[in-house]
Amino acid sequence: MKGLLKRSALAGGILLFFAAGSAFAADSTPIDTGVTAWMLTSTALVLLMIPGLAMFYGGLVRTKNVLGTMMHSFVAMGIMAVLWVVVGYSMGFGSSVLGGWFGWNNDYFLLKGIDETITSAGVPEYVFSMFQGKFAIITPALIAGAFAERVSFRGYVVFIVLWGLFVYNPLCHWVWSADGFLFNMGAMGAIDFAGGTVVHIASGVSGLVAALYLGSRRGHPKTAVAPSNLVMTMIGAGLLWVGWFGFNAGSSVSSGLLTAQALTATQVAAAAGAITWIVVEAIQHGKSTALGFASGILAGLVAVTPAAGVVQPAGALALGIAAALICYGAIIIKNRLGYDDSLDAFGIHGVGGIVGSLLLVFFIRKSWMSTAAEAAGGSWTLWQQLGVQAAAVGIAIAYAAVLTLIIIFVVNKTVGFRSSTEAEMQGLDHTYHGEQGYGMLNPR
Amino acid sequence: MKLITAIIRENKLDQVREALIEAKITRITVSRVSGHGQQLREEIYRGAKVVPNLIPKVRIDIAVNQEFVDITVNTIIKAARSNAKGDVGDGKIFITPLEECIRIRTGERGGKAI
Repeated sequence: MKGLLKRSALAGGILLFFAAGSAFAADSTPIDTGVTAWMLTSTALVLLMIPGLAMFYGGLVRTKNVLGTMMHSFVAMGIMAVLWVVVGYSMGFGSSVLGGWFGWNNDYFLLKGIDETITSAGVPEYVFSMFQGKFAIITPALIAGAFAERVSFRGYVVFIVLWGLFVYNPLCHWVWSADGFLFNMGAMGAIDFAGGTVVHIASGVSGLVAALYLGSRRGHPKTAVAPSNLVMTMIGAGLLWVGWFGFNAGSSVSSGLLTAQALTATQVAAAAGAITWIVVEAIQHGKSTALGFASGILAGLVAVTPAAGVVQPAGALALGIAAALICYGAIIIKNRLGYDDSLDAFGIHGVGGIVGSLLLVFFIRKSWMSTAAEAAGGSWTLWQQLGVQAAAVGIAIAYAAVLTLIIIFVVNKTVGFRSSTEAEMQGLDHTYHGEQGYGMLNPR
Repeated sequence: MKLITAIIRENKLDQVREALIEAKITRITVSRVSGHGQQLREEIYRGAKVVPNLIPKVRIDIAVNQEFVDITVNTIIKAARSNAKGDVGDGKIFITPLEECIRIRTGERGGKAI
């Protein structure tokens, strides 16, 4: 057990923590109030990211779609939270079933068996479960950026239910559960500290598939789609940055050295990404935009998400810069290709997640590599780790793409996903909610 | 020269605008307004049905030369009606004589400035 815990402290917590957690199920581990307090805070911080995302996305769409777009995030808070308690936690963190496709543990059904469980980290299992549940909320909400302004509310609701069950939960199990196959690949598993593959690559790739399948918005790309409220977008980006401390530093499932390392890497990468983005803009267009700064923050944060537990500040700086440059390029390429990933769910989250998951191997701290070499029985090179990372990334891309395609096909043929032309002209707010977001503001 | 002012439903703006562009009427001004007409629009507010005092509408102003008045008006009517018969609340069109029109950039006056 000690070996396990040590590895968890080094390798990036949640995974191993859980292994330890289930083994201790009915045990009387004392509650570590320090860790528990930080995990409670982190849980709240990650939840804060979802209204932050709603504001970020909501500000970027036209006035007639602002409520519909914000509801894509908010309704995920309702649906995914309920699903998580009913089956999600069990599918993500139960023991492997069906050849390891996902997990299952009867005790986790409605969380009925963890009422008094304290995990080996000294945290009530409720807290760990709720913390993980927030990731299950934000991931499908991120996808909504790819098909903004053109999907029916009902179709979206059915889509995220199916996507959560068949894409998020299995991926979560593979990467973070103690018996997940990606968790055990190579010397010390594929490195995904806080969700580079599970959250960002999965949502970004799924968004790309959805955007391609559902087609562009009317008039795209000829009609300019002016953001309704960039002020709100900036506030949303700020909330995301703040919330990301819970997302990354909370993923250490501890309150100590690893937490501090993750928090520092997060801050450095976000800042480096934001600055890089506006410098590139200034060189290319002569002006640095507010939206560019916000995009750079996100690119940096996304890239450091898988890496936060294993890189030092210099590495985080490099990842932030690389992510901003590559995501900026990806969006230029998107505009050339002409597909309508409306709010760049793939351009930022998909691309940024891939960049972070792969490039992190060049910046892993020495102590991690030596522990990995020990675990591998002698030597472990960064190229071997790169192979593991590439395999995890490839599997996440392939799995998310194929399953998303099937789910969208089914949803579109049954309840209908793509809005009708008339609904799209009238806007999501009027068509699906019977409300309007902006009182007397001028239409755009 | 005439000034055509149309008050239409908010959710018909895209239809009207695109229909006008198709009819080659491309110079328009759009604003959000609210007011009273015959329409009583019920809204759902926290589960209760309420009738707001002022109903939000979109106002479109178009300055046209005489020969474009009919096509403009007909295009708006066709695009802004809720259904074939029309509904209370579809809006109104006002036409007023336009005394002068000046393009600021060049100082041109009259019909050619429109």
